[in-house]
Amino acid sequence: MNIHEHQAKEVLKSFGAPVARGVAITSLDQAQAAIDALPGPLWVVKSQIHAGGRGKGKFIEKEAGEKGGVRLGFSKEQALEHVKAMFGRHLVTAQTGPGGKQVNRIYVEDGADIEKELYLSMLVDRETGRVAFVVSTEGGMDIEAVAHDTPEKILTISIDPATGVTAADADKLSDALKLDGAAKVDMSTLAPILYKAFTSKDMSMLEVNPLIVMKDGHLRVLDAKVSFDDNALAIKGRHDDIMALRDTSEEDEKEIAAKEWDLAYIPLDGTIGCMVNGAGLAMATMDIIKLYGEEPANFCDVGGGAGKEKVAAAFKIIMQDPNVKGILVNIFGGIMRCDIIAEGVLAAVRETNLAVPLVVRLEGTNAEMGKKIIRESGLNVIPANDLDDAAQKIVAAIKGK
Amino acid sequence: MSILIDKNTKVLTQGMTGKTGTFHTEQGIAYGTQFVGGITPGKGGQKWTGTLPDGSKVERPLFNTVAEARDATGANATVIYVPPSGCAAAILEAIDAEIPLIVTITEGVPVLDMVKVKDRLSKSKSRLIGPNCPGVLTPNQCKIGIMPGSIFSHGSIGVLSRSGTLTYEAVFQTTNEGLGQTTAVGIGGDPVKGTDFIDVLEMFLADDETKAIIMIGEIGGSGEEDAAQFLKDEARRGRKKPMVGFIAGRTAPKGRTMGHAGAIVSGGKGDAESKIEAMQSAGIVVSDSPARLGVTMTKVLKG
Repeated sequence: MNIHEHQAKEVLKSFGAPVARGVAITSLDQAQAAIDALPGPLWVVKSQIHAGGRGKGKFIEKEAGEKGGVRLGFSKEQALEHVKAMFGRHLVTAQTGPGGKQVNRIYVEDGADIEKELYLSMLVDRETGRVAFVVSTEGGMDIEAVAHDTPEKILTISIDPATGVTAADADKLSDALKLDGAAKVDMSTLAPILYKAFTSKDMSMLEVNPLIVMKDGHLRVLDAKVSFDDNALAIKGRHDDIMALRDTSEEDEKEIAAKEWDLAYIPLDGTIGCMVNGAGLAMATMDIIKLYGEEPANFCDVGGGAGKEKVAAAFKIIMQDPNVKGILVNIFGGIMRCDIIAEGVLAAVRETNLAVPLVVRLEGTNAEMGKKIIRESGLNVIPANDLDDAAQKIVAAIKGK
Repeated sequence: MSILIDKNTKVLTQGMTGKTGTFHTEQGIAYGTQFVGGITPGKGGQKWTGTLPDGSKVERPLFNTVAEARDATGANATVIYVPPSGCAAAILEAIDAEIPLIVTITEGVPVLDMVKVKDRLSKSKSRLIGPNCPGVLTPNQCKIGIMPGSIFSHGSIGVLSRSGTLTYEAVFQTTNEGLGQTTAVGIGGDPVKGTDFIDVLEMFLADDETKAIIMIGEIGGSGEEDAAQFLKDEARRGRKKPMVGFIAGRTAPKGRTMGHAGAIVSGGKGDAESKIEAMQSAGIVVSDSPARLGVTMTKVLKG
């Protein structure tokens, strides 16, 4: 799960990280009070959407002006103009897709005197199985571009879970970021603070880009992007405070419905809806569809122990996507019984008056029973023998239309 | 021979009285596996009762702790079906009880819990398979986990995979080709896990009965690339077996997690093409289609 920048900063601040003062607003009538609450002389007005690249983004609406999603106000009046220009408009960034995302909240923040911009992020390094800091002196940039062009400018420092961040680790971070004086002293406390925030809140990613050295020599978290481990959030009572920060307006409706049924739903750009069990099989199904010349529109993973209702729900979620021109059900039942899948699919087909071709491939536990149920249903379902056969049949069915 | 488990393996079930634990312990006993007891805190001294597919009843003793169960039964393996909230604690308890083989089926274990587990594991003698995996199966001898026993046949192919359902594809197809399996191992789809490809490849290379290996990877991480490098190094030392491979997620969009927590191409790393290239350079015949693993293996073995 992702949260907004202002929420991320609030979380980090609660652990003691240095962030600027700021006020988030969710309606225009809160704007003036938010601006008045900050001393100036610089107000930074920041669109809050769950996507990166906001500064370099562009609004769809002409009324929002030519500037990006992060603007500087050098007076209260100018700050208010920026809020009015951006609020409710659609911001397109490198990560949003062409439709952009509507700006439903804005964060007004106290400006900072920036001396230097640095990059700092944290993640779970799968090679070492440890939490790692990734830092670079090239702050404020697209870090993937830095990684690609000048990989030597990025340093990874992994942390021993038995000790946490040691003084030596903090020194390594300071050296990598070429910090000295007050900034180096700040890092010796900031690194353990961020590590504590990361591990105690089950973050999966924390990105501070940029981390700045201010003119007074101190460090400040200027931007913050945080994602949480969905597995940890799914455990009731573990992070209720974080769950309260969820903004469903940032999520796809179908993904929300899928979550309610504990289904994994991934929207994609093609024409074939896929219902599968297991992530590996889902990916393999996508791959094989592409191998035969079509693209998947989505996939819905019903997982290990789905009942009839869950299967039917998955089917309906797939159908909600208007790009779906055909559906492929590909199940290899280990725990999953194929007769249950068959019944769920048929129930959904009847209920939704399915108008697109449907290919079903069932294998594994009770496969024969499942195939029989489908054969004898009298419904227009195309049976398939294996994964190759299934992919060829659904692609042919779509192209035949 | 087989790897990891055989007819002498004595297995405990952690989370035995839950619905999933009960069902798969019943299936395992019906397959002929020696399930010797279970752990459910608070139910020590009671009996677990299961119903086999033929309708007959079976009973096994329950214990409060893994250490008690180990002492009473002589178990040398444990399988964990404990829900995510308590799963890491269950694994740690098995590590503390020095159980040699710990197989964790549970999906949804928080990754930072696994960071702690991995640290403890590295200082112990236990081997962990999983989490978020289908388990391990040696045909006609021992079934630990959730793999459907009916698709297996005893034979000469070692199967290892990050994906559960694709393990079944490989097993089913090698059965249909008449090749059969020595052992199938699902290592699981999480980013931080107990056992990676290299560990299992080492065992398959050392196992005389395993004549060839099917290895199924997916996008994310560098386990496949590391495995390819390992295989190259071993080939140089004269150890080499015919291999067929597959990588799932060739068409997955960058930066999106594809169902498995570990299946994500991020920071320009972990994409399918680099894995396929690495595997091919190590002499693995990589199939375009997951439906042709079995026939490709037959072709490879015929030369």
